Amino acid sequence: MKITPEEVSRVARLARLELSEAKRELFVPQLQNILSYMDQLAELDTTGVTPMYGPVEHTTVLRADEVRKDFTRAEVLSNAPEEDGRFFIVPRIV
Amino acid sequence: MQYETVIGLEIHAQLKTATKIFCSCSTTFGNEPNENVCPVCSGMPGVLPVLNVKVAEYAAKMGMAVNCVVNPVSVFARKNYFYPDLPKAYQISQFEQPICGPGHVVIETEAGRKKVGITRIHMEEDAGKNIHSASENKSFVDLNRTGVPLIEIVSDPDMRSAAEAVAYLKEIRSILVYLGICDGNMEEGSFRCDANVSVRPVGQAELGTRAELKNMNSFKHVQKAIDYEVARQIDLVEDGEAVIQETRLYDAAKGTTHPMRGKEEAHDYRYFPDPDLVPLVLEAQWLTTWRGELPELPEAKRNRFVSQYGLPEFDAGVLTAERDLADYFEATVAAGGAAGGEAKKVSNWMMGEFLRELNQAGIGAGQAKLAPADLARLVGLIDKGLISGKIAKEVFPELFAQGGDPEAFVKAKGLVQISDTSALEQAVDAVLAESQTEVERYRAGNTKLLGFFVGQVMKKTKGQANPGIVNDLLKNKLA
Repeated sequence: MKITPEEVSRVARLARLELSEAKRELFVPQLQNILSYMDQLAELDTTGVTPMYGPVEHTTVLRADEVRKDFTRAEVLSNAPEEDGRFFIVPRIV
Repeated sequence: MQYETVIGLEIHAQLKTATKIFCSCSTTFGNEPNENVCPVCSGMPGVLPVLNVKVAEYAAKMGMAVNCVVNPVSVFARKNYFYPDLPKAYQISQFEQPICGPGHVVIETEAGRKKVGITRIHMEEDAGKNIHSASENKSFVDLNRTGVPLIEIVSDPDMRSAAEAVAYLKEIRSILVYLGICDGNMEEGSFRCDANVSVRPVGQAELGTRAELKNMNSFKHVQKAIDYEVARQIDLVEDGEAVIQETRLYDAAKGTTHPMRGKEEAHDYRYFPDPDLVPLVLEAQWLTTWRGELPELPEAKRNRFVSQYGLPEFDAGVLTAERDLADYFEATVAAGGAAGGEAKKVSNWMMGEFLRELNQAGIGAGQAKLAPADLARLVGLIDKGLISGKIAKEVFPELFAQGGDPEAFVKAKGLVQISDTSALEQAVDAVLAESQTEVERYRAGNTKLLGFFVGQVMKKTKGQANPGIVNDLLKNKLA
């Protein structure tokens, strides 16, 4: 897959990142290198191999449906840039 | 030109678990904002989601109930988008490998029974709620609902009218409530539905361009929104214009749909498997246990009500729509064994007076003060001729509201029907004496006047006369 400057801009926009022209020029070959490496991996014949979804072996981890409350609301809100003791506050969205 | 409507539904059902899907926060509705929040559901860096076993159980049970393949391995994926009510900037959902594969349900339509295919069922987390302040130019975010478990049930595009879509929606809701995994409240949003609607000329194989309808908070809204949208799309096609693929919101006040504002970028969710969650492997033993726990489902109960109680299909459908209504019916019939209640009579009372009072009170059959045994007694009182059906209907609202033994109630009110022939004879004689002209006309052949005499006797006895006996007495005396 060929990475173009437009493609980099699109990915940046989807991730809400603002890129300078210089950064964009920097990322084009970097992303291209990563994808070329993936293309190289894709050359391997994996017919009949079950895909893995992560590097670790599958082990189902489940949690019992029991309520726990380990944090107060004040603690939960404490990292927010803006809050009023009840709500997280963000710039108006609509 | 004739057009065919094609509808597919996406249903989101909130699961009735005690805790959220990936953390131990409570799912209690109506708590103070951000009380049910922890580092996991508020999207703090470095936390790990852990799946709630009940969510897997409930999703698998729903799959079994609608004849789906339950996949022994399923995978969680991230659906990426930015919105403050989703603090991680992605929703954990399932994409390529959902928990349940193809299935179907059978719905009742005007043209008979119809099979509607189910494409898939997957598990995902709900988002939070935002409150927008115009004056302060801020939005306030409450994350209590963030991470509440949902299943999304996606249908095949098998429905051909708004009525079929509503029938399907009701069937799915009924199954969820029967399973006890969702409370099915559309107004409070624990049961939500989006509709994909398109039209095509009859005979055309390929589907028309679809619009996705949102914001329908009741069955009636779903019906009206689809009807409006179908008419709108046919108008566009007839005028040679194109239907645009877009999301449209239903406006309940106007009964119309309009495009959702502010959808700048075409959706690009960039799904990928969530590296924080290992694939869910369902052991065969669990599946066997869960299948064994499934209750009798609406379709099976409908069929049984017809065969066991001899009810018409229509009655069986109404009575089994809600699990607690069906339970109430069966308890009433069982209690009526001694009191003489028969299934069809009980059904008539329940579909008429009882349902009307339930709806007015806005409660389910399980919350009714009038116990099944008391309704059975009421039906028995009418059978025994102690009160007339008319009186029973008159007193029903009060009886329903306070509950208790109907016999004591009608006796205390002095409403017991007069079945004593000698007492009724007096009333009949008095009426005949007062209505000489009518008596002559009746004897001259105008037998329709019998109704008039019955009415007069009823008036005299304040409606308490046993109408059967009055009829017989009048016929004898007028002969």
